[in-house]
Amino acid sequence: MALTFFRGIKTCPLVHYPSAYFARKNGFFYCTMGSTQTQFATQEKQQSGDSKVVPKTYRKSPDKLLKDYEAIIGIETHVQLNTSTKAFCGCPYSYGAQPNTSICPVCMGLPGALPVLNSKVVEYAVKLGLALNCKLSMDSKFDRKQYFYPDLPKGYQISQFDVPIASGGYVDVDLPVEFGGGHRKFGITRVHMEEDAGKLLHTGTGNYSQVDLNRAGVPLLEIVSEPDMRTGIEAAEYAAELQRLVRYLGVSNGNMQEGSLRCDVNISIRPIGQQEFGTKVEIKNLNSFSSVSRAIDFEISRQVQLHSQGQADQIVQETRLWEEGAQKTITMRKKEGLSDYRYFPEPDLPGVTLTEEYLDGIRSSLPELPEIKRRRYENMGLSMQDVLFLANDINVAEFFDATIASAADIKLAANWIMGDIAAYMKNEKLSISEIKLTPLELGELIASIKGGTISGKIGKEILFELMAKGGTVQGLIKEKDLVQIVDRSEIEKMVDKVLADNPEQLKQYRGGKTKLQGYFAGQVMKASKGKANPKLLNQILLEKLNTET
Amino acid sequence: MLSSIQNPRLLRLSTLHQIPLRCLQTSTTPVPTPSSPQPTSQILRIRKSLLSRETTAVEIAKTFLSRLRRTEPQLKSFLYVSPEDGVLKQAEEIDRRIQNNEELGPLAGVLAGVKDNICTSDMPSTAGSKILENYTPPYDATAVKKLRENGAIIVGKTNLDEFGMGSTTEASGYQVTANPWDLSRVPGGSSGGSAAAVSAQQCAVSLGTDTGGSVRQPASFCGVVGLKPTYGRVSRYGLVAYASSLDVIGCLGSSVADTGIVLQAVSGHDKFDATSSKQGIPNFASQFIPKDYLDSKPLKGLRVGVIRETLVDGVDPDVISSLQRSVSHLEDLGCTISEVSFPSFSLGLPAYYILASSESSSNLARYDGVRFGNQVFADELSTLYGDSRAEGFGSEVKLRILMGTYALSAGYYDAYYKRAQQVRTLVQKSFRAALEENDVLISPAAPSVAYKIGEKKNDPLAMYAGDIMTVNVNLAGLPALVLPCGFVEEGSSVLPVGLQMIGAAFDEESLLKIGHIFEQTLQGLLELL
Repeated sequence: MALTFFRGIKTCPLVHYPSAYFARKNGFFYCTMGSTQTQFATQEKQQSGDSKVVPKTYRKSPDKLLKDYEAIIGIETHVQLNTSTKAFCGCPYSYGAQPNTSICPVCMGLPGALPVLNSKVVEYAVKLGLALNCKLSMDSKFDRKQYFYPDLPKGYQISQFDVPIASGGYVDVDLPVEFGGGHRKFGITRVHMEEDAGKLLHTGTGNYSQVDLNRAGVPLLEIVSEPDMRTGIEAAEYAAELQRLVRYLGVSNGNMQEGSLRCDVNISIRPIGQQEFGTKVEIKNLNSFSSVSRAIDFEISRQVQLHSQGQADQIVQETRLWEEGAQKTITMRKKEGLSDYRYFPEPDLPGVTLTEEYLDGIRSSLPELPEIKRRRYENMGLSMQDVLFLANDINVAEFFDATIASAADIKLAANWIMGDIAAYMKNEKLSISEIKLTPLELGELIASIKGGTISGKIGKEILFELMAKGGTVQGLIKEKDLVQIVDRSEIEKMVDKVLADNPEQLKQYRGGKTKLQGYFAGQVMKASKGKANPKLLNQILLEKLNTET
Repeated sequence: MLSSIQNPRLLRLSTLHQIPLRCLQTSTTPVPTPSSPQPTSQILRIRKSLLSRETTAVEIAKTFLSRLRRTEPQLKSFLYVSPEDGVLKQAEEIDRRIQNNEELGPLAGVLAGVKDNICTSDMPSTAGSKILENYTPPYDATAVKKLRENGAIIVGKTNLDEFGMGSTTEASGYQVTANPWDLSRVPGGSSGGSAAAVSAQQCAVSLGTDTGGSVRQPASFCGVVGLKPTYGRVSRYGLVAYASSLDVIGCLGSSVADTGIVLQAVSGHDKFDATSSKQGIPNFASQFIPKDYLDSKPLKGLRVGVIRETLVDGVDPDVISSLQRSVSHLEDLGCTISEVSFPSFSLGLPAYYILASSESSSNLARYDGVRFGNQVFADELSTLYGDSRAEGFGSEVKLRILMGTYALSAGYYDAYYKRAQQVRTLVQKSFRAALEENDVLISPAAPSVAYKIGEKKNDPLAMYAGDIMTVNVNLAGLPALVLPCGFVEEGSSVLPVGLQMIGAAFDEESLLKIGHIFEQTLQGLLELL
């Protein structure tokens, strides 16, 4: 294509990320509502923050102040759909591909090119709409949202304005146990379909910028919440639940680092008891759930501090950027009134009409959703900690469900999965679908231990073998001759031999050094290659040690 | 007044190969009386002469090219002409196929002009705008692809008002096209280049686009046949958008049959255009019954509605009398004539200009100097945008972008855009009702014949008012056919008058049938006069 795609745009005066953003200065934590430093149910790691430096201006502990205020938090989330092609053309999209390698006249916005809706986008939107308990619009449409920016090839974004495909829903959330737990219900205002823009690549010298349109036209769902959240943890958990949902539904990889799930937070504070809302501030650049939580807590403190010092007028409607390095929000741009996007119905696309049959088909294809799973696990008698862990990842949950379907003990299955299996996955950086162990064999393993065929210790060894190489529990037991020895006379023989081989130690034991029992037990277990039933072994050993001949 | 001598258009067609265009002649040779003045299909003539081996595709191409070369300096109907060797190579390929008795496409050897706002991968496509100067798209528009698949040879890209915004072709960013009937007059617009090229036989047929009358009005001004298909009949993929909900690719030819054959070739659903229709495509050619097989009342029982609001003050009396004579002709052919009133008719014009401007303000946002087209270097992004657009767009385009941006702005949307949409619904309803009572509706194609170059250039409102006959049809998305129905003498010039026939959605078939019969029997009328 004879197009000068990489033609430079001389200087992009718009978004300038401060270099500090990458410099990762010594960050400080500013913890307010409960510590956000420990891991929460989303299993996300804290990213930085080596030291706690409380900034001077906030030195007077704000904890008391915070009690007098209430934060109002709403979140706009963009979820990038993992459809095989873009929303309005046949180009595939893969994150991290060479710039401008997945583009065509349509997503480049060339003259004469027209969008044609990918029906998968509607299907995924309906799936998420149903999962968020929304009301679906049987007749919705697309609109053009108009603004100029170099990453927006057509000069408008195809989006949905006044008739979103889904609206008026809610999502159920269980807060992490570490933060006191509790169940919350957050309202969903709307879900709508739109297309993503490209990306600007800024050169080191800053003389010009380059445009990569690979991402242009990739389908997005924008989910707007009601302003129902009050703390950073609630907001982070809301976002985590959306991630779980899109992953359960298989509509997105929900990866925040890759930008497949992006959260913009709107936050205001007001003194408790006050009816009207305070001035709303938007926070962007939140790349993880913990940054959602920490950015909100920082922002609440900042606003409360200003408000309590009589400087409420300094809280202005603006977009602030979360700086991960400095662990604070900074002004990105002040809003001068509302932007006029001059929305009007997209004339290139016919309306989107849904039928009851279509909805029924999708409804019946939905998997068991996280909330229902959690309630089911809870009813099985699992602890909330276990419930949250198991239901967090649909693959883990399905593994667990399949394991207990083979009549395995529920608590034992949960423990194996959350313990050794999870540790192995973490060490080897594997997902549960990548390990060789099948739920059926885990059930077999649990049954073999419970039935006494093998010891717990042997079971653990087999488990690692099964995870790394696969195979069956029965096969490994046979192959390695691992069946537990429960024959009394066989153990007696081994005990006799060990006692005979260690006359000196025997003498010491009988002389009162009874601690040596462990030594003997170890020798016998070694002789049995770990297969002796420990209970029986110890019983026989004690008998023999204490019976002087 | 009707020309007292003869129908010059008919003369031109019958004497195509011998006599240069009347208007292009330097001397005023007296016009001989033609013996068989009926408009004939260029496409069928070419096909017949090829299949009978009477001539070759190369010969035909050479004839057209030489006439194009001879007339182009005065007409300026093309923004780009294909290199001769390329055209001849394609013609040779057709001759080879004929030699080998291989199958020929319905448009084999037909030289076609394509309006420059329709994308061609091997020729620049500027849409008549400086902002797209030297821009060659990486793909063919679906209509162009189909033309080629049917054997047509694209001879070049025709001039237009920038992005289709205009009614004279004077708003082209490059050149002003002249009307072949009188070089001091406009060919109409925005498909002025396409209409002039066919009228002067620089090519056999051409593609135009019609957003508010841009195929029909120039057809009327240049005395050729123009067909605006139903919205959705022809894919818009590759048509540089002006107003997406109104834009249609249309066909221009020197006979009704030609426009029907071209329509046949370019019609059909396209997976690249979500607004293209899946309606079945009838065999349009089956409607072209030769004159000799027609009975005395070939249109017996056909209900024709004359739109009252199109024959009022402000419409040229000569145009009205031409139309009235067409009505009597239709009556002679067996039609039942009635008068139809559209109270919303005059509302169509402002509604059209609001909707078209609004959509164009959005469609033209992509010309920002970033990815293609004219780019002015600047230190700041906003300057890059501003300067590239200020330099690249012409004043008419800027005017419409401003109007459209205003109409869509917060606080004005309801008063303008929304209200215009309501008018559009009203217009659609009126047409639906009228077309339940009538098979076709007729009106003049334009309130006047071709006017002088420069005459309305500084009076956009007067120019917009000239679209009164055509814009309602676009608002309703209906098909319409314009064909010559008479001539007016203006000083030393004889200028054609066009008749517009409007049909029900996706009923181009009826329009082509009626148009063909009207055209084939027209001579009797002219002789009477």
